This record gives sequence, C-alpha cells and structure tokens, in this order.
Amino acid sequence: MALLELERISAQYPGAAEPVLADITLSMGPQQLLVALGPSGSGKTSLLNLIAGFVAPSAGRITLDGEPVQGPGAERGVVFQDDALLPWQDVLANVAFGLELAGVPRATRERKAAEMLALVDLADFGKRRIWQLSGGQKQRVGLARALAADPRVLLMDEPFGALDAFTREQMQELLLQVWQRTTKPVFLITHDIEEAVFLATDLILLAPNPGQIVERLQLDFGQRYAAGESARAIKSDPRFIETREHVLSRVFSQRSAAVRQESA
Amino acid sequence: MSSLHVPVAAKRATPLATPNVNKSRRSLSTRWISGLTLATLLVLWWAVTAAEWIEPLFLPSPEAVLSKAWLLLTQGYMESTLWQHLGASLGRIGLALGAAIVTAIPIGIAIGHNRIARGILDPLIEFYRPIPPLAYLPLIVIWCGIGELSKVLLIYLAIFAPIAIATATGVRTVDPTKLRAAQSLGATRAQLIRHVILPSALPDILTGVRIGLGVGWSTLVAAELIAATSGLGFMVQSAAQFLVTDVVVLGILVIALIAFALEMGLRALQRKLVPWHGQSH
Repeated sequence: MALLELERISAQYPGAAEPVLADITLSMGPQQLLVALGPSGSGKTSLLNLIAGFVAPSAGRITLDGEPVQGPGAERGVVFQDDALLPWQDVLANVAFGLELAGVPRATRERKAAEMLALVDLADFGKRRIWQLSGGQKQRVGLARALAADPRVLLMDEPFGALDAFTREQMQELLLQVWQRTTKPVFLITHDIEEAVFLATDLILLAPNPGQIVERLQLDFGQRYAAGESARAIKSDPRFIETREHVLSRVFSQRSAAVRQESA
Repeated sequence: MSSLHVPVAAKRATPLATPNVNKSRRSLSTRWISGLTLATLLVLWWAVTAAEWIEPLFLPSPEAVLSKAWLLLTQGYMESTLWQHLGASLGRIGLALGAAIVTAIPIGIAIGHNRIARGILDPLIEFYRPIPPLAYLPLIVIWCGIGELSKVLLIYLAIFAPIAIATATGVRTVDPTKLRAAQSLGATRAQLIRHVILPSALPDILTGVRIGLGVGWSTLVAAELIAATSGLGFMVQSAAQFLVTDVVVLGILVIALIAFALEMGLRALQRKLVPWHGQSH
C-alpha cells in the first residue's frame, strides 16, 4: 500500500501566468528512497513544499497513510538546504526540539536525541553551539533533529546542495546508512544527477514549463552500497555510468526543447 | 563668557596631544587613546583652575568638585544625600523600564506578527514617537499632577516606543526557514512564538532596550529639571539657581557616568544573552 499519494496536483504562485506544477500524480511506498531530480524551474522545491504542507496545491489531493495533508505537521519531517537550526540552543537541544514541542520529558528526549546524534556520527557534539559546526555537521544535526521526532516520512530539500564535493559524498553515504538502519522512507529533491542516481530506489525526472514528471526509474545502486559495496566501485560501474548518461540526456533534451520553444 | 570658552579650548587641545603620543608608541590600542584623551581633559581642567584663569564661580577646580562630592555623600544637598538623589532618579527609570519591557515586548510581537494589531498600533506609536517627550510633559502634568506618576509615565512613554518598534522589527525579520522547520516538527502558534520568534527577536529587543534607556535617561533628567523635589536633575537645577557651580558640575558628571554605565551594562548583557548574534550560522 502506498504511503504517500499525490493525485493530479497542480500548483501556481499567486499572480503567475504559468503553473509551476501541472497534473502531477505520484505514489511512494514505505520502503522507498524517492528522489525527484530536475533542473531549476522544474518545480521540485514546490513539490516538496506541497508535501511538507508549507504551501497548498491549487488543484489535486495529497494523502499520507490515506489522511489528507493539511499544513505542516510532525509526521512529515523536513531537512532543509541551509541549516534551519536554532542557534540559541546547543546541538542536543536542537535535536530534541521536536520532542520538546510534543511535551516529552527532558530525560527521555535527551536520551533519544543522543541516540540520533550517535546515528549521524556526532555522538560527542551534544554540548556544542550551532555556530561552532561545519556545514556538513549542521546538515547531520538537521537530519538527526528530523529523525528524532520519528516522522512517517523524511522530506529532504536539496540537503547537500550547499556542501563541498567531498563532504557531499560523505553525506550521501551517511544518508544511505541512516536510511538502512532506520528504514525511514525518504523523499529527496536534488539537481545533482550523480547524487540522484546513487541514492534513489525510485527516481522521478521533472521537466520545467510547467513542472511535470517525464520519467520514473527504479534503481538499486543505493541498495548495493547498503549491502556493502564501496561507493567508488558503484559509481565507476558501467551500469551506473550508463544510467547517469541516460538521465542526463533526458534532462538535457527536455531543457533544449524548452529553449527551442522559447526562442521560436 | 569664559565658561563657554573652556570646553572649546579643551576640545582643540586633545587632538593635538594624541598624535604626539601616537608617534612615540605606535601600538597604542583605541582604549588607551580614549583613556589618554580623558586624562588630558582632566589635566587641562585642573591647570586652568589652578592657574586661576577662570573664576571658581564659572568652573570650580576638580578638587573642589571632589570634596563637594564627599560632602554630598555624607551630608547631602537640599535635604537629601547624593545617594538619595541618585536613588530617586534610578528608581523612576527602573520602574518605567520595567513597565515598558512588560508591555512593549508583547505589543511589539503583536505588531510584527498580526496584520490587524499592526494596523491599529503602528500609526499610534509612529505618531507619538517623534514628539520630544518634554513637549507632552505639560499635558501629562495637567492629567496626572506633579507627583511621581507623571514623571514615571513620561519616561515610560519615551522607552516604550523604541522597544516596541525594535521588537516588531525583530519579529518581522525572523528567518522563515526556522519557522518552517519548527512547524514541520509540530510547533503550535504559541510554541512558534515562545521557541522561535522570541529568541530570534531577542537581539533586536535588547538593542531597543538600549536605545530606550538612552532616551529615557535624558528625558528623566530633563523632567526633573522642570518638575521635581528630588533626583539628579533637580539637584543640578536647584544648585544652578543658587550658583553652586561645583554641585552643578558634579551632578552633570554623575548623570554622564550613569548613562555610560547603563550603556556598558546592556552591551555586556547583550553579549551574555545572545552570544550567537553576529556569528555566521
């Protein structure tokens, strides 16, 4: 049974002529790591904001476990691109924040937060201040914070987009480890093709003007990493390269078509 | 006339004196330079009075002011000691500040957070804020009499506007990503205010308190000059009427010192309460 369902979703900014998303239908299962890949303007951020409940669709229906999505809620945890951590609290309190909001007693929530910090390899960082962390560490704290609230699905908004290439690869591997250990379904958006192909169990390609799904692929590179294969071996596998080039050509052909359309 | 000439001469003398010192020791910190400026002024003050260029009636010597300070601390002036005058002034501003903090912060949050509250309160505050408080003091005296209430009310109004406006600004500039993050962790409206909006706005609120205290202190002393029977402003004013210049100078120095101490204290509080402010995050 599907965990998350989008039925004929359209979205439009107030005052805009063109919709950002047109007639999107999408379903996501409980075991999936679903990646939405697309160039800028393809509406992938809008898609995530719709699921998170930050904006409402102009048409269509979104349901999680059969319940309609209305506004933001703790059952849909979000990891943001730039850190959305609270600098007036230390790392542990940030991770425990969702539990604090839910009224969980201090001892319980701090134990849970410490577990989550250990899960993202930041076990000794609980007492640090937010501004003492590097970009990658902040994203790990953001991930731990979202996981600590135990959401039904984890939404990730270009979580590694602001990181340098080395940190980004580390974070991708960390995410796969966390995903495997927690079995938490993940919906992630990115514009990084290699990242999308490496992480996704399910990959949807979005094309702009207006944003729509042009292809859906089932991939297993992430699962191969989870099964013990090294990231470098997977990424240099001919099948990986072939998939990456296929995706690249799809995204590129859509973009050049759009450019031709605009110049015509 | 001569009393007018002295500060001008003193001001001219200082910039000349500091470069000389700078040449001999280039690694002087700004703090040292400021200290030297102050010392130069004191020496000049002492020199012109010791040489008897100026009559004590216009500018008493530093020693005279110091000994007067001792006299005021032990015996008092106008039936109150310096401590009592100081206590009266600090009590008024403390009371007004407390009342302003308690009311201006919630109102600032309402203005920043709620469209209707902004529509009602913003024009009211923006209307009275630019009026010099002393311009509406007569009206307050007509309404509330000449007692403590009118002075505290005047200072309260002077402090209220900067705090409310700064709070509203802080609330409006809260990072929307932090709000979304808290919402997707299940925060209710009240929790958003308590856990995200208020701490986000705290640096602005403290800046508002700093500005408010500055305005409040000058308003207080000015109000005491006009209508009071105790307080530093009253002390200076009544001493001036009897040409007791050393008390006037002493009063001005104490008023300046308190203003300086308030500013420094609040800066220290700001560093302690909002250590994240100004950090890249």
